[in-house]
Amino acid sequence: MSGPQGHGVSVRIGHCGKTFADGTHALEPASLDIARGETLVLLGPSGCGKTTMLRIIAGLEEPDEGGKVLFDGKDVTAIPIERRNVGMVFQSYALFPNMSVAENIGYGLRIRGIPATERAKRVAELVALTNITGLEHRRIDQLSGGQRQRVALARAVAIRPGILLLDEPLTALDAALRYRLRGELNRLLRALGITAIYVTHDQSEAMELGDRIVVMRKGAIAQIGSPREIYFEPKDRFVAEFIGAANIVEASLDDGHLILPGGRQAIAGGTSQPAVVAMIRPESIGIVDVEAAPLRGQVESVSFVGDRQRVVVVGASPKPLTVDAPNTIQVDAGDRVGLSIASKAVRLLPPEA
Amino acid sequence: MVLRLEEQGHHHLLSHRSFVGLCLLPLAAVTVAFFLLPMARLLVTGAEGPQGLAGYVSILAEPRYRATLINTVLLAAATTVVTLVVATIAGIFLQRHRFPGRAVLIAMLTFPLAFPGVVVGFMIILLAGRQGLIGDISSLLAGERLVFAYSIYGLFLGYLYFSIPRVILTIMAAVQKLDPGLEEAARSLGAGPWAVQRDVVLPALAPAFVASGAIVFATAMGAFGTAFTLATNIDVLPMLIYTEFTLAANFATSAALSVGLGLITWVILALARSFSGSAVAAAG
Repeated sequence: MSGPQGHGVSVRIGHCGKTFADGTHALEPASLDIARGETLVLLGPSGCGKTTMLRIIAGLEEPDEGGKVLFDGKDVTAIPIERRNVGMVFQSYALFPNMSVAENIGYGLRIRGIPATERAKRVAELVALTNITGLEHRRIDQLSGGQRQRVALARAVAIRPGILLLDEPLTALDAALRYRLRGELNRLLRALGITAIYVTHDQSEAMELGDRIVVMRKGAIAQIGSPREIYFEPKDRFVAEFIGAANIVEASLDDGHLILPGGRQAIAGGTSQPAVVAMIRPESIGIVDVEAAPLRGQVESVSFVGDRQRVVVVGASPKPLTVDAPNTIQVDAGDRVGLSIASKAVRLLPPEA
Repeated sequence: MVLRLEEQGHHHLLSHRSFVGLCLLPLAAVTVAFFLLPMARLLVTGAEGPQGLAGYVSILAEPRYRATLINTVLLAAATTVVTLVVATIAGIFLQRHRFPGRAVLIAMLTFPLAFPGVVVGFMIILLAGRQGLIGDISSLLAGERLVFAYSIYGLFLGYLYFSIPRVILTIMAAVQKLDPGLEEAARSLGAGPWAVQRDVVLPALAPAFVASGAIVFATAMGAFGTAFTLATNIDVLPMLIYTEFTLAANFATSAALSVGLGLITWVILALARSFSGSAVAAAG
């Protein structure tokens, strides 16, 4: 049986920038290497240039003078999208309304002149792989959002592309379905072993799917790293605040301790500085007995969210601190509490440029 | 208590219904006075000639009538096809490209929309008449004046001039609504420019083709002003009706021809619609 095998290419983006005709800089010149079989996520708020980057790799946009796109070391910058052998999944899915599900999936094969019997076999494989058996002869307008998403994916993968490009493929779905399909998509990408570039503004999607994440901001790359690196070692305040929740603390540093209104907080490898910016994740703050703690504050509010409770503490730091506490401890608004934070959990960030 | 409430509800419903009925009354009166009664009279008149009901049969049986009928249908069909081809190419181009003078060009396209058939006919005479531009050029180049304004070819040109701007605007609106992702998806799957047009763009524009094509066809079947301006002996149905009615005072035949004109146009449009509808369904 000729199952889906890995057939990815490696991608190198060299100094690719994009300036649109009206003079807007959508993308500052950026360079990036994507390994064969890797899933790379381009993450950032809208207008950060992530979609432009994807479209340059696809061949839908030309990079500015000097930019190059290489697939497996071969320069494809001048090759139009129809000859790049890329699979694309669009946010709108862009399924052909004048074709059935099977015709949509088989379209790329038909264009390539693959005989009908072989085409039907490949379509059947993909229908099974993406769990849409029984829908082959439906019209597109008879499908639910989740089914459309699967057809779009099957159609993109059918041509055995060298690289799969996904532009916010789950954004149009409701939250529960998005969560479920994210898991399915992850398993599928691993099973196919294909090189994939995934654009999203949803950081939890990026965390789950990405081997590496490229965080983008205002047309430039803010940080590249594994999900863990991006989360635990953000390079700057923007990345820290964009990925997960972050308490940003501005204080002075004295002999390895942050000097705060509610006490002193040790940090790893610290010295003395008049003004620093530090980041502390809500889940790395523990609520402890007020007497023994070096850092104290008062509970302003408690929101119970099921698997944990989100406690806001004032008076400990210049701004209120958000604490993710276990759902078992008993705290109420107005309580005086002690805060315990491991010195390693405090990360100094460069001051804002 | 319960009963009274129900009665009240019933009463309320009735008054609501009679209110709607009251609102429909003017429409009903206009429909009867200006549509149903004249139509009925037309139908009756068609059968009141010396041949009686056979007057309707003569539309098809009489060689002159039949030839005119076929002529008209062919002219209208040719106008529709050529208009759709020209307007689709131009409409897609105008919607997709930005160039200097584009806004002026689109504004100029809407300019002839208000022209009556007489003005269109006049312009065709200026172009291809005895003193026309085409005649001047052809006599200069070939030594022979090319004059075709006063024939069915002049009429064909006039109908194109009249229809193309309308259809371009409709096509442009339809192209604007196309998801650009559809074309990009087709290209990513390996489709070249021609395949993208064939498999994605044209099928997506099919409803606009049917709607605007129907209007072009019906207009070309029934338009009178242009034909009347060009010549009185062009063999199209509206001219035939006019000559039978005013010159020959043949009320029965002109009524039968009118009914025939309406019926044939209606049937052809219904066929086109159901054919394109089933074509879309078969493709989908």
